[in-house]
Amino acid sequence: MSTLANQPAVVSGGADESGSGQSFLRRVLGLQAFWILGVFVVICVFFSVLAGDRFLSAGNFSLISQNVAVWAVIGVGMTFVIITAGIDLSVGSVLVFSSVVSAKLMESMGGDGPGVAAVGMVGAIVSGMAWGGVNGLLVAKAKVPPLIVTLGTLSVALGLAQVLTGGIDIRSVPAELTDFSAYTKILGVPGLPFVALIIIVLGGILLHKTRFGRHTYAVGSNEEAARRTGIKVTRHLVLVYALAGTLAGVGAILSLAQFGTTTIAGQSLTNLNVIAAVVIGGTSIFGGEGTIFGTVVGLFIPAVLQSGFVIIGVQPYWQGVAVGSVLIAAVYVDQSRRAAALRGARPRRFMQRRETQRKERQ
Amino acid sequence: MTALLEARGLSRSFGHVRALDGVDFDVHAGEVVGLIGDNGAGKSTLIKALSGNLELDEGDISFDGQPVRLSTPREAEALGIEVVYQDLALAPHLNPVQNVFLGREIMRSGPLGRFGFMDEKQMRRRAAASFAELGATVRSLSSPVGTMSGGQRQGIAIARAMAWAKKVLILDEPTAALGVVQTKNVLESVKRVRDKGIAVVFISHSMPHVLEVCDRIQVLRLGKRVTTFSGSDTTVEMLVGAMTGALDPKEGAA
Repeated sequence: MSTLANQPAVVSGGADESGSGQSFLRRVLGLQAFWILGVFVVICVFFSVLAGDRFLSAGNFSLISQNVAVWAVIGVGMTFVIITAGIDLSVGSVLVFSSVVSAKLMESMGGDGPGVAAVGMVGAIVSGMAWGGVNGLLVAKAKVPPLIVTLGTLSVALGLAQVLTGGIDIRSVPAELTDFSAYTKILGVPGLPFVALIIIVLGGILLHKTRFGRHTYAVGSNEEAARRTGIKVTRHLVLVYALAGTLAGVGAILSLAQFGTTTIAGQSLTNLNVIAAVVIGGTSIFGGEGTIFGTVVGLFIPAVLQSGFVIIGVQPYWQGVAVGSVLIAAVYVDQSRRAAALRGARPRRFMQRRETQRKERQ
Repeated sequence: MTALLEARGLSRSFGHVRALDGVDFDVHAGEVVGLIGDNGAGKSTLIKALSGNLELDEGDISFDGQPVRLSTPREAEALGIEVVYQDLALAPHLNPVQNVFLGREIMRSGPLGRFGFMDEKQMRRRAAASFAELGATVRSLSSPVGTMSGGQRQGIAIARAMAWAKKVLILDEPTAALGVVQTKNVLESVKRVRDKGIAVVFISHSMPHVLEVCDRIQVLRLGKRVTTFSGSDTTVEMLVGAMTGALDPKEGAA
């Protein structure tokens, strides 16, 4: 009896310790982000071969990263939300609303100056956070499905932004902001992508290294289990949606700096583009898994396609066709991989199981 | 000797259904109490009440002789009461270590810990130790729990509860999904936990398992405790008779 009881413990200890290096490799191979990175590299090689230096140049990639910066900041928040098995359709409208609030504030203070810019930035962040908080309370407390809540706030935030402005973009953005986007370079990286990079790194640390991140996965993986282990699920969801809203507010600042104007009519597809990038990057729409790294790669694929098509002289409209196809293919491949894993049909898993059985028989 | 955890006259209705109808229950430190009853007898509802997951209509719960109110799982946890639920309540995308410490992560010491950074190494070490103690088959500490078999998941859920149960461990159908070897492991571990002086409540539909590990067996029917048997001189027929009401013994016959 005691040998029966002890044997499996031996198997578990042995298999895990000896296979730790191998299991790291297996984990990386199991990440969809890894495969998507491969797709990204293939796309880059393809355009480099066709267009040479015109595509593969520091200048071009600097331009691409400028275009990705705003979406990347929003994408970090969206990754958190989707990992909790939620969705946030309102990010584009919240961005517009926040940039309108920010521009109005700066307009009322008049002119330029770092103080004016600072007030504008605070205004954008606070209004983004407020919208995120509203989303979170409605989702977590009122238990309205996130799709409905954020579809509603999408409409409300955009509507209010239009009411505030009469539908006309505000162009009074201080030179401090627009110059930061146009001229400032930090460590050789243009201003906006640098800010985005910092937020990506901070978001990655928050998601993958801290208790907050761990609880985000847990809530998305099994909300009931999270609740039973004492995680304050309601509070956590409110915080996650507030984070997404706050980052949309940060995106509003970057967008003001980039375009020198509020973009009232220009953000209607931002939400869908960001969601597509997050999902292409391997974050499961059903919650429980995903990485910030994957989201970043998922953002670069559409941007690189766009740039590449322009350079090789293909109509850039093909970008939409390509991205949509990549999106569906990525989710299809990911799901079949996962189904195979559940059946235990993956070759490497199969080998491992046989090994375990052999040890058990000894 | 006062019971460690005792419930008196617990009642709870869901609409027209009276799930608990003045049920009594008690368990002492260092004993395994079986809790059996047909489907719908109120076993799971009683467990929820004892673990702070259920608001009661009436009745009192006392812990170590003191009256307590268990209105949240946290309060039950604080008293050292842990439950392994039938549906396990693991997060399938997290690995075994993350599941064991979910909601109770060990933080890094110093300022990093205050920023929310976790001590992964220590959690991994302690989780591995508790799996080894249980003799649980855990294929890999870094794979998601969702890719593992029912038996392995069961082992993880039990190891988690055992690692945290300081006073009372409640197991709801712990052997339902298990093979012969794992069942042996679980039953052995239940006895080991009891020998550490912890009170164990063991719910099962498998009468042989109940008779093997339990010191006393309390039978529920229609939301009431109908009888208590001692584990040593009871037969499967007696248990089944009490569950179905065929024998209809008096309260406290044992």
